[in-house]
Amino acid sequence: MVNIKINGKDISVAEGTTILEAAGQADIHIPHLCYLKGINEISACKVCVVEIEGQEKLVASCTTKVEEGQVILTDSPRVREVRRTNVQLILSEHDYRCATCIRSGNCSLQDMAHRLGISEIPYKARIKELPWNKDFPLIRDASKCIKCMRCVQICEKVQSLNIWDIQNTGAHTTVNTTGNTPIELSDCSLCAQCITHCPVGALHERGDLKKVYQALADPEKVTVVQIAPAVRAAWMEDMHIPENVDREGCFVAALKKLGFDYVLDTVFAADLTIMEEGNELLKRLPDIKEKKLPMFTSCCPGWVSFVKTQYPQLTSRLSTAKSPQQMQGAVIKTYFAEKIGKDPKDIISISVMPCVSKKREITLPDMGRDGYDDVDIVITTRELVRLVNAGEIDAAALDPMPFDSPVGSGTGAGVIFGATGGVMEAALRTAYAVVMGEEAPLDAFTAVRAKSDDYPDASANCGIVGDQFFGKRAEAEFKLKDTTVRTCTVSGLGTARELIEDILAGRAEYDFVEVMACPGGCVAGGGQPIHDGEERGLERSRILYKLDDERKIRRSHENPEIKTIYEEFFKNPLSEKSEELLHTKHGL
Amino acid sequence: MSRLLVSTEDNVQQTVERLYKDLERHIVASPPGLCPVDLQLAFLKVCHAQTCGKCVPCRIGLQQLQEMLEDVLEGRADMATLDRIERTAQNIYDSADCAIGSEAARMLLTGFRGSKEDYIHHIKEGFCSVHAEHFIPCVGLCPAHVDIPGYIALVGAGRYEDAIRLIRKDNPFPTACALICEHPCEARCRRNMLDTSVNIRGLKKMAVDNAPANKVPVPEKAEKTGKKIAIIGGGPSGLSAAYYLQLMGHDTVVYEEKKQLGGMLRYGIPNYRFPRTRLQEDLDAILSTGIEVKLNTRIGDGPGEIPFEDIRKKYDAVYIAIGAHSDKKIGIEGEGSKGVISAVEMLKSIGDGIMPDFKGKRVVVVGGGNVAMDCARSAVRLGAASVTIAYRRRKEDMTCLPDEIEGAMAEGAELFELHAPKKIEADANGNVAAFWADPQIIGPIDAWGRALPMKADKDPVRIECDIIVVAIGQGIESKSFENAGIHIHKGAIKAIASGAVEDHEGVFAGGDCVTGPATVIKAIAAGKVAAANIDDYLGFDHAISCDVEIPAPHTGDKVPCGRVQLTEVPASERRDNFNPIENCMTEQEARQEAWRCLRCDCYGFSAVKGGRNFRW
Repeated sequence: MVNIKINGKDISVAEGTTILEAAGQADIHIPHLCYLKGINEISACKVCVVEIEGQEKLVASCTTKVEEGQVILTDSPRVREVRRTNVQLILSEHDYRCATCIRSGNCSLQDMAHRLGISEIPYKARIKELPWNKDFPLIRDASKCIKCMRCVQICEKVQSLNIWDIQNTGAHTTVNTTGNTPIELSDCSLCAQCITHCPVGALHERGDLKKVYQALADPEKVTVVQIAPAVRAAWMEDMHIPENVDREGCFVAALKKLGFDYVLDTVFAADLTIMEEGNELLKRLPDIKEKKLPMFTSCCPGWVSFVKTQYPQLTSRLSTAKSPQQMQGAVIKTYFAEKIGKDPKDIISISVMPCVSKKREITLPDMGRDGYDDVDIVITTRELVRLVNAGEIDAAALDPMPFDSPVGSGTGAGVIFGATGGVMEAALRTAYAVVMGEEAPLDAFTAVRAKSDDYPDASANCGIVGDQFFGKRAEAEFKLKDTTVRTCTVSGLGTARELIEDILAGRAEYDFVEVMACPGGCVAGGGQPIHDGEERGLERSRILYKLDDERKIRRSHENPEIKTIYEEFFKNPLSEKSEELLHTKHGL
Repeated sequence: MSRLLVSTEDNVQQTVERLYKDLERHIVASPPGLCPVDLQLAFLKVCHAQTCGKCVPCRIGLQQLQEMLEDVLEGRADMATLDRIERTAQNIYDSADCAIGSEAARMLLTGFRGSKEDYIHHIKEGFCSVHAEHFIPCVGLCPAHVDIPGYIALVGAGRYEDAIRLIRKDNPFPTACALICEHPCEARCRRNMLDTSVNIRGLKKMAVDNAPANKVPVPEKAEKTGKKIAIIGGGPSGLSAAYYLQLMGHDTVVYEEKKQLGGMLRYGIPNYRFPRTRLQEDLDAILSTGIEVKLNTRIGDGPGEIPFEDIRKKYDAVYIAIGAHSDKKIGIEGEGSKGVISAVEMLKSIGDGIMPDFKGKRVVVVGGGNVAMDCARSAVRLGAASVTIAYRRRKEDMTCLPDEIEGAMAEGAELFELHAPKKIEADANGNVAAFWADPQIIGPIDAWGRALPMKADKDPVRIECDIIVVAIGQGIESKSFENAGIHIHKGAIKAIASGAVEDHEGVFAGGDCVTGPATVIKAIAAGKVAAANIDDYLGFDHAISCDVEIPAPHTGDKVPCGRVQLTEVPASERRDNFNPIENCMTEQEARQEAWRCLRCDCYGFSAVKGGRNFRW
């Protein structure tokens, strides 16, 4: 242990602790901006500077380790002055027209300036704009970038895609795509982890609310909205809504109030995915065993994009099942349209997703048919929150409403799709029943969840992106009659890359592999609410597992609406109709 | 008012003088990989501040140039701007009559023409073509990219064995480099910004003197691959390649034509600089990886030699690292006289322990490189009556390390600078009688910035002597490889950057035989590169790494502090023997010197990218 004194308080911390962490342990907050634990410890912004007694120069507390006997001041007049000046310098390069910024109210720089009482910038503004393709689902606004380099680091260290890079040197240093590749031509998976870890508004999704408003305003159109499993775990976070509120029912009520005609649950399509993908797995098992190459899940478009750009030779190993969003969309424009007696061309299908990659998925060439798309508009959880706020809706005060029917409701198995391991667990619940002709106990497959020792404490927020998931594989084996199904679940693309390298080199062998692009799964998706410095994936997963626990029906094949749609429409999983509507060849 | 005043510097002038010194040091420590346009703009600003303001081209032209360069940087320029930049600079150069303006313009023109591609990149692509990859200066400049801040920190912490382990990740010759490396790492040490570069080689010496390399076990080897690789040449390059290939699990066989291993480390560098016992420490450690050695075995097409083709057939890959061991002739009258010997011959003989008889002889050494100094200083030690170094340029033009000249002078050698060899006079028996030299005048500066000597209007000088040592460079014995179809360029073996020899699959080459006579660290680096690429070529992907944990940087202030220099045995005590002459730092000195390291591995750009390489 190292004994130090911070702001007059004697504390003892483990060797190797940084001053920033040491202060945190003593409940002393040191403001910081670029620092992102474990990912971006580069002391670039120099906002977290502190004074060490007897030393002339200030030091960055985020990267400086404590030394025995140090007397540290985190809030001395000198520290305050330097900190303020550095924030003012950052602001001189930042377009601080906050009123129209998407991150206003949730911006670390704005918050910092406010807390430091900065009311004027004595420096000349030097704001650099760079052109950007505004049609791409991910937008970078150079005039807001503070060069903290978090995006560069996340993309490299966590997602292994290196889309972002540092460009130029000296005063002209900025961030741009690697090799200045136009973003739409890059290998960007659109996981958008760079967005959720940007401290300011330099990175954000393409806003599609305008299209939603137009749809709602068009009397000729029927609006059908679907909500992804993970959205319910996070949408209320910034709305000051009590925990015990019915997060699904209030959501439906709020959307109805906004004027959507039908509100459906993507969880239904998750159940449908299980029916298709689970049966596909059983059908492909002989080939899997023979080729010693697993079948990979296909519900995450970030992951699908990753496979296509990084390991195109494995594209055929992806499940052909479309993602739940696309299945729900396909059903809405066919079966559901018939049921409500509408021409599919009069339906505008909107989805609320924890994801930015979904915005690109709807435009992929093999989605939709007969000239219309499965899904017309995708908005992120964050956009949804803005929509509800703009509607001046107090969601908590509304009477909860059920999802519309048919194809509107799903089981617990579908709900957990939003957490890493969820697809796998849901698939196994159904595959077991199909093969064994009997039901497995509901807790039979929890081994595919991130292991319990990876979840030290529900409330413990370690604050490191993907730390609980990085490099971790939840492996399990299940006996289905005379076959053993070897499963593996990973999240985060860097972790996925390691796994693939092992599989290709013959160092690892599985039958069924679930991959989610975002560490922790959709709950930590790039479209979810942003809380700088916090990683809420685990917390949100627990909400989904709790919802699963509370559901009366927790196996996809037991969903009555699923049973009906097969009876009335698809007949069987992997039927000709299913293949046409619910499967994709991934462009092969 | 007095008629004349004694001028004194006022406060402002004194401050400016100090700033000039600061600026000089900053330029010394300038990191590589900066935007050339940005840098030229900064230089222009300095030049413009020097303008007195009288003349139009300098006063106005330099300003306009700056603005055009800013336009280039800010994306406001087009191709016409480039043309205007060049014409304006040319105009300033042509019309400014004082050096301030014309030299500023010339500097810009040189820079502009040399980096025009980047100017165009700025205009066409909108950003700089230079990719921000600020290496840690010392690591970037070390040809083998040794983890210098890492081992400095370890030496500072007294963890000498760990320092050796870390050095070995990139260089299996820690002792050789601790004693005789030319330390290019120190050239742009960021410490120059405060005071002067860290004594990196001195700290490495501290490590090897306290933890002899043969006492620090080498890392574990990878599983055997069954591949066999022939290494032709047992010098630093060949042995470096062999060492890493062994660690990767391959079997290597080193073919050495001489009696012993070490190449130029043994046959080029005298004992007082690099004691044989110390060389043996490195060799023992390297050989402990299980390298098979065949001494007195020459690859070539002469009698008793093994043809290259046979070697190629027998092994999965071959690394040629034969060095540069043949001598070069001056080409003057009388060079065939008895008593004229080549530096290579002299040092080779000393290397095998056969001391030439120089006792009481008057010796002239011709040349100005490190080898010439080695010969001169060895001659002193062999008891020569006098040792004269004849060099055709000036002392400051000599290519040897400044310390070497000083050392030679201190030991009693005399320097005849600006004296070009004219002829060698022999007596009736054909023995050397005198060395004749033409006095030179230093003349114009060539394109590489070196001043050329020219014949002076003076009479030739006669230096009576008994022995003449010719140390004007070495050649490469590449003939038999040429006969075997290996590409040769200007006498050197031609290899591409990967070390591969084109059109000869599986054949690699490196070190002096490719670059011409160079430094030991370059030879080691070439061996390392070859090992990596041979491993690749054989279809493997073995990584060389080191798990030594590196101490965290200290947080204290960076206070200017003098550099600890290594002391030497006094000249009077060292000039009559071949004992090592350089002393080690004390622990106190090493701690202080290690503390001076700014730990560029942890601060600055390295915190994001370009920092430590844990493996290769």
